[in-house]
Amino acid sequence: MLHDLIFDYTLRNVALGSAILGVVSGVLGCFAVLRRQGLMGDALSHAALPGICLAYLLTGSKTPIVLMLGAAVAGWLGMVLILRVIRHTRIDSGSALGIVLTVFFGIGVVLLTVIQKSNDANQAGLDKFLFGQAAALVQEQVTTMAVLGGVALLVVALLYKEFKLLAFDPEFAQSLDLPTRRLDLLLTGLLVIAIVIGLNTVGVVLMSAMLVAPAAAARQWTNSLWRMIGYAALFGAGSGVAGALISVSESRLPTGPVIILSITVILIVSLLFGSARGVFWDWLRQQRNRRSLEAPPNGEEGAASGAPTAGVPVGAPLAAPSRAGGSGTPIIRGGGGSGA
Amino acid sequence: MNSIQVIALVAVLAATSCALAGVFLVLRRMAMMADAISHAILPGIVAGYVLARGPNVFVGFLGAAGAGLLTVFLVETLVRSRRVKEDAAIGVVFPALFALGVFVISKYLPNVHIDAEHVLMGDITFTPFDPLLLGGRDYGPQALWALGSLTLINALFLTLFYKELKLSTFDAGLAAALGFAPAALHYALMGVVAVTTVGALSAVGAILVVALLIVPPATASLLTRRLPPLIALSLAVGVAGALSGFYLATLWDVSISGMIATMLGVLFGVTFLFAPRQGLVAQAVRRSRQRQQFATEMLLVHLATHEGTDAEATESDPAHLHKELHWQPQAIRDTIDRASDEGMLEERGGALHLTDRGRDRAGEVAER
Repeated sequence: MLHDLIFDYTLRNVALGSAILGVVSGVLGCFAVLRRQGLMGDALSHAALPGICLAYLLTGSKTPIVLMLGAAVAGWLGMVLILRVIRHTRIDSGSALGIVLTVFFGIGVVLLTVIQKSNDANQAGLDKFLFGQAAALVQEQVTTMAVLGGVALLVVALLYKEFKLLAFDPEFAQSLDLPTRRLDLLLTGLLVIAIVIGLNTVGVVLMSAMLVAPAAAARQWTNSLWRMIGYAALFGAGSGVAGALISVSESRLPTGPVIILSITVILIVSLLFGSARGVFWDWLRQQRNRRSLEAPPNGEEGAASGAPTAGVPVGAPLAAPSRAGGSGTPIIRGGGGSGA
Repeated sequence: MNSIQVIALVAVLAATSCALAGVFLVLRRMAMMADAISHAILPGIVAGYVLARGPNVFVGFLGAAGAGLLTVFLVETLVRSRRVKEDAAIGVVFPALFALGVFVISKYLPNVHIDAEHVLMGDITFTPFDPLLLGGRDYGPQALWALGSLTLINALFLTLFYKELKLSTFDAGLAAALGFAPAALHYALMGVVAVTTVGALSAVGAILVVALLIVPPATASLLTRRLPPLIALSLAVGVAGALSGFYLATLWDVSISGMIATMLGVLFGVTFLFAPRQGLVAQAVRRSRQRQQFATEMLLVHLATHEGTDAEATESDPAHLHKELHWQPQAIRDTIDRASDEGMLEERGGALHLTDRGRDRAGEVAER
């Protein structure tokens, strides 16, 4: 298997491409999830369709770089519109995302029919982007993905401090005179890069999970941002490679859905057993507390030690209070004010 | 009815049923749940296929609606665990279900034709040729029956639970305190959305269903803040988008669903720009008017402060003012012209003099 991974041309491309996507979307997804933009990926990936169609209509070429450029332009435009609608009207972010998603996709579908009419079999590959075509990745695409992803990661590395502040305390960032609006645009715009990479691999529909799931899984293991980013990159890359290997070894299985199912399994395991916030540990502690309350205490001691911890509500941030001061890293408060 | 009329009627009925279901969806800020539900339909159809051991419209419908509610339930569970925020929960649940659907199709049902693309884009063009057959009799196009009853059901739901929906949407706490069972209402609304999505989907496709659910109420919310007009406007926008989209699509021979979604976008865009109070243009006009008014008042107060003092001559000199107030010379000029047009001041002998009206106004501002 390892031998194949290194020397088999197709498998190497698929695995490498999926791994690149996993790392980039894992890292950028962390910021998206923390900034509650988890659905931005879904909206922007749909919004890319008219860009791809227009790029093809204008140039007549199906070169990956041309189509990716079209996707990026349309995605960027969609993002700007979403942010504008949210800022200038009382329309909530979900509706704004939904409007741009459906309208852009509708325009894309119209353009697709225009292409189908005006053209011969040459347009066949265009609608493939709905579900991705990881198995058909060629080296040229993988190289493009690596370059684009590298640029995105470099920007995150250079502006790490600013992005971190923007994610946790945008008001404070503004009071420090940081150009928050431009940073916001840049950070959200980086999502477009992840999406353009992802369209080649997992396709429009599944792209949103590629951004959200690794970050949400990583969040359960740590309360520090840079560790969360590390875990998310690892989970993303791991599910990418796993998806590639499984789908190649079992014929008939499409790569994209297998990647998404892999990352979903990682997320479920993390939600249950994540070292920082796993549901299972909460449950275990509750059981222990209940037992210490129910068991006839030796004098007053048992009840006294049980009472304070038993009062902790289910789902309260596990490690947050105790680790808050220690590491100096930001604590994401899972409990307070998150009522949906 | 000829087939063109049937298609137009199907589009209009899809628009009305979706607008009715979408109003509270948008007001409750759950718009993206519709997107999630619409995508979860694919695995639902697959599940129905597996359960019925073959294609079966009824079981497929149940499976799809069930998958929609399963999506809502999974998202709720994730949010309630407080490990994942709502947006992320939605963003991960529906791709997972969708991936599961594609996975099952490709692994276990390789010979079955479930066209995922068709589920997404839909095809309204063929609805006239898909009749409802009961006991060998042809009762007309199936889509008309489905969407007609959906419109009725949704109108009925909205009428019966209008008060409850309104209260639980705008004041969830009070609704719960009065014993309105917000959770039950939430699932009822989501059930209506899921059934509408599934019912309209085979006719117009997932993306257009979501567009018809979200865009008309969102557009209407830019035009009014009251609920009854909001519902009426949502219906109007939906129908206008459906008819204009259908007309243009036949004119240019392009996808009808895509064109309707596009026209809904155009309607939203026009409203976003030109809505009488909340539109971008109205906002810009209002801001610039406020800026002008503020500038005029500042100038009047400045002149009033220095009136009768030693420095009056220099302080009321139009050529000197821009240094004093740190404004652009052109802005000073415009403000002076505007203020003298309004009769607040007069320009005599190279200096500005307040009129009585201007002095009163400056006094009012200073007291404010």
